[in-house]
Amino acid sequence: MGRSVLRPYRVNRAMQTSWTIDGVRKALAAKKISARELAADFYKRIEARNPELNAFLALSPERARRQTDRIDALVAAGKPLPPLAGVPVAVKDVISTRGIKTTCGSKILQNYVPPYDASAVERLEAAGAVILGKTNCDEFAMGSSNENSAYGQVKNPLAPDRVPGGSSGGSAAVVAAGLAVASLGTDTGGSIRQPGSFCGIPAMMGSYGRVSRYGLIAFASSLDRIGPLATNVKDVAAILQVIAGRDPQDSTSTTAPVPNYRAELGKPVKGLRLGIPKEYFGQGMEAGVRKKIEAGIEVFKKLGCKLVEIRMPHTDYAIATYYIIATAEASSNLARYDGVRYGLRVDDDSLLAMYRKTRGAGFGEEVKRRIVLGTYVLSAGYYDAYYLKGQKVRALIAQDFRDAFMKVDAILTPTSPVPPFKLGERTDDPLQMYLADIYTVTGSLAGVPGISVPCGKIEGKLAVGLQIFGAAFGESRVLQLAYAFEQAGGGAV
Amino acid sequence: MKISREDVLRVAELAYLDLSEAELEMYRTQIDEILEYIGKLNELDTADVEPMAQVLTTDQEADATLREDLIVPCAVAEDVLKHAPDPEPPYFKVPKVIER
Repeated sequence: MGRSVLRPYRVNRAMQTSWTIDGVRKALAAKKISARELAADFYKRIEARNPELNAFLALSPERARRQTDRIDALVAAGKPLPPLAGVPVAVKDVISTRGIKTTCGSKILQNYVPPYDASAVERLEAAGAVILGKTNCDEFAMGSSNENSAYGQVKNPLAPDRVPGGSSGGSAAVVAAGLAVASLGTDTGGSIRQPGSFCGIPAMMGSYGRVSRYGLIAFASSLDRIGPLATNVKDVAAILQVIAGRDPQDSTSTTAPVPNYRAELGKPVKGLRLGIPKEYFGQGMEAGVRKKIEAGIEVFKKLGCKLVEIRMPHTDYAIATYYIIATAEASSNLARYDGVRYGLRVDDDSLLAMYRKTRGAGFGEEVKRRIVLGTYVLSAGYYDAYYLKGQKVRALIAQDFRDAFMKVDAILTPTSPVPPFKLGERTDDPLQMYLADIYTVTGSLAGVPGISVPCGKIEGKLAVGLQIFGAAFGESRVLQLAYAFEQAGGGAV
Repeated sequence: MKISREDVLRVAELAYLDLSEAELEMYRTQIDEILEYIGKLNELDTADVEPMAQVLTTDQEADATLREDLIVPCAVAEDVLKHAPDPEPPYFKVPKVIER
């Protein structure tokens, strides 16, 4: 009877394993749990689950403790709680965190500890979020399977023999496994949306310029975006709300006002015109994915949306364009890793040999491949044929989107042509790996916002994501449709 | 063939990147295949297309006015040097620079 002597510590009965932002808030306000207890419970679960998933690269319990103390003090004093009070979150390891090792999944930054926080991280914390740690990713965010990390592959929590997607594979896996309520990822050609799709959670990139890139360690500056992954669309909206908006530290972040995204969520979608681009439904899509996406589109039809077949004629050129622009920018951005100011140095008596050896030893296979390709397309004699040509075709792809949004309110596509593939299945053929980015790179090149929402599982196991593109700075519309889809049972088609 | 072994060597030199023999051959083959694929862009006549050098259009652009030129505290030097491979505060140390 009564308290068991075998129970060494108090178990809070209000503790559960599946949290939403609203759930955390209510439990804190009602004093059912404290922020400290909640964070401790997440760390306990991370300890149990992470050795198998390899999704976290570093944990930051001290920093989390300082933040939970602040939140618990607010609760104790009966003061108003900030929007993300006590919410345990994870941050992709390409995003700078002051005092917490930030490796970009690379050996070349194996000991790098940033002296400042990214603006997105600063804003999350100012809103009350508790940063649990940093998540694994493809090296410098270059990859679609998380197999390019110098710190080992991440396993898909829904199917452990499968990849979690990439490059934000760790950020997707921790949310899907219940090891964080939400996370930050980064998207350059699909790196938030595709892992979100593979791990069965909603994941969003806002328009280029919507979220500050300050403190995001650069891969391709005209494409890189920070965005949220969470277990439900409402939480995606809440995180985006906090990190969006002008930041004087990033000249490409815009002054365009940030609407109240959550207020838009419940609005009816009846009568909205949704474009189905013919080019996204051709060959190359696996039959299982097609079946789910078609069922997903039916859900929108039932919601009263009007489906419109549209053409986006330059879609087929997007991969070629993307791999010119992204690698060119990467070759330039990654020139900074020279063994002088931070990270790895391989010693040599000559400065130039030190550079060459450091970079040769510090970068992994995919990163070197992209530096070579990117340097080539920018080099004298090839610039016009490749880089300039790529910029011109990029303009045509962006025009496809502008033309489409004259006719429709949003565009529906699959997020990925294939479901999560097996670990190791595609690592030998880079071009085949690149081609799987076909549905996501288009929106990256055009600068428009996009979300991947869960759209059923093939054989109850392999998650499929439906992608919704909106016009530039039309995040509200994208979220509104994603929410309506989720509420109508789109996740279980 | 789009790219030769000499091209890869030249590019690796430009990028200050040591590549092993095996890497050289692997990248040459793979990048050749990628460039072959990229060649499909030539199907498009882009003579009259303006290259897209900026993502944001003029009306979406951030506040273009310059900020005030103020001195703000930025006491990170110690932190920054602490993580350098070979610091000698207040300097970063590098091997002797010899003319190439």
